[in-house]
Amino acid sequence: MNVGIVGYGVYIPRYRIRLDDIARVWGEEPSRVKQGLMVEEKSVPAPDEDTATISVEAARNALKRAGINPQDIGAIYVGSESHPYAVKPTATIVAEAIEATPNLTAADMEFACKAGTAGIQACAGLVEMGQIKYGISIGADTAQAAPGDPLEYTAAAGGGAVIIGKNDGEALAEIEGTYSYTTDTPDFWRREMRPYPKHGGRFTGKPAYFKHVVSAAHGILRQLKLTPQDFAHAVFHQPNGKFPCQVAEELGFSKAQIACGLVVPKIGNTYSGATMIGLAAVLDKAKPDERILVVSYGSGAGSDAFSIKVKKAIEEKRDLAPKVEQFLNNKIYIDYSTYTKYKSLLVR
Amino acid sequence: MAAPRFWREIPNRYNLIGTRCGNCNKVFFPPRYICPQCRRMGKLEPYKLSRRGKIVTYGVVHVAPEGFEDLVPYVLAIVELEDGPRLTTQVVDCDPNEIKIGDEVEMVFRRIGADREDGVIYYGFKFRKVE
Repeated sequence: MNVGIVGYGVYIPRYRIRLDDIARVWGEEPSRVKQGLMVEEKSVPAPDEDTATISVEAARNALKRAGINPQDIGAIYVGSESHPYAVKPTATIVAEAIEATPNLTAADMEFACKAGTAGIQACAGLVEMGQIKYGISIGADTAQAAPGDPLEYTAAAGGGAVIIGKNDGEALAEIEGTYSYTTDTPDFWRREMRPYPKHGGRFTGKPAYFKHVVSAAHGILRQLKLTPQDFAHAVFHQPNGKFPCQVAEELGFSKAQIACGLVVPKIGNTYSGATMIGLAAVLDKAKPDERILVVSYGSGAGSDAFSIKVKKAIEEKRDLAPKVEQFLNNKIYIDYSTYTKYKSLLVR
Repeated sequence: MAAPRFWREIPNRYNLIGTRCGNCNKVFFPPRYICPQCRRMGKLEPYKLSRRGKIVTYGVVHVAPEGFEDLVPYVLAIVELEDGPRLTTQVVDCDPNEIKIGDEVEMVFRRIGADREDGVIYYGFKFRKVE
C-alpha cells in the first residue's frame, strides 16, 4: 500500500465517574468489579456533548497535526453507534465544522465498535486509487448502557480521528497493510427505537471478541510475513482492561508491547473511539521506524487489523495538538446522581 | 428556531466567520454587511476570527431559560476575541467559582439546543478555559 497517516487527534470529555460509585448503587463489591474489568473510572459526556461534538473536536485536533488545507479533504467518514440523528449524517456536521465542504464525499459508518477503522480502510482505498488527496475517518461514541447492566461500568464517551493521505514526506506513519475478518455473530446488538443495547453476556468473549481479534491479527501477520516480535507496540480493541491483555497473551505479545495503547482503565470503553484513541496514545510516544499492530473489534462481528510503521515526521507533528495523556489527566469527577442527570436517565 | 434561520448562520456559529471592512480594517462579529464607519465606501468581506480570547466579564446563571435547565449553575461570559470583537458565550466544563475576569478561553464545538425531541439539533461555539 502507498498510504500513510498524515494527522491524528482525539477528544475525551472531561467528566469522570469512578466505578466505585456505580458499584455502590447496585450493591456490588467495588473492588471485585474493578478487578474483574480492570477499569478504574470512565468518561462521561457533558449534557451538551454528543458524537457530533466529540467528532468535530477530534477532527480539529487531527487537522492541527496534519497542517493541511481542509479543502483538500475528499472524504469524511464518521463511525459510531450513537449518531445524534437516526437520519441526517454526523459526517456533514463535521465536514462543515472543519471547513471541508462542499467538494467531498461524506457518510456515517456503523459497525458497533469498529466503524472508525472501517472508515480508515475506505479512505485508504480512495487515496490509493487517486480519487482523493486526503480522507478523514473518525470513530466516536457516547455509549449507552441500561442502568444496572454490567455495560454501565464501562460505557464511556470519546473519539479519535485519523487523516489518511499518500505515504510521502508529510506522512507521520505508513500503513503497511490491512486485513479484516468478518462473520455473522450476534453477540451485542441494539434494535431500532431501543435506547439501550443488549448483549449475550459471556457469549461476547470467546466466539466473538477473541475469535475475531485473533483471526484478524493472524491474518495480517501471515499477509505481511511478520511475527509479534516485529512490533514495538500493539493496540487491541479495549471493551475492558482484561480482554486486550488476554488476547495479547494468546497472540504472543508482551505486557510492554500493549502498555502504551491501553487507555481503557482510565476512561472506560469509548466504543468506536477505543481503538482510535489507543492508536493515538501509541503515536504520542512511538519512535520513528517502530511498528504498531492495530486490531479493532466490532460486535456483530468483525475485526480490522493494520500494520503501521512510524515515520520521521511524527517528531515534529505530535506536539501540535493535545495528547491522549493530557485528556486522561484533565478531569472533573461527578457522582452517580449527576451522572444520571447528564445521561438523561433522571429527567425533571 | 426555524431550521433555515439556523442554517444561514452555520459559518458564524461553527467557525466564527465574521466580516472585515477592507477600507478601515474593522472586524465585526456577528457579521455586519455595511460598515457603520465607512458606509458606502466600506468593503465588507468574510473574515475568520481567532478562536481564542479573554473573559471581559461574566455572570453565573442559576435560573436558566428553557433547554439549559440541566446545566445550572453555568457561566455566561462576554469574551473579547484576539481580533477585537466581543461575543456572549457559555463557558463550559468549569467550576463557576474558579472563573476570573481576564481568564484565557478557547472555542469549543457544542450542542446549543434542539427543537423538542424530534426537531433539528443546533450546534455551535461555546468556550472553555485554556488549561
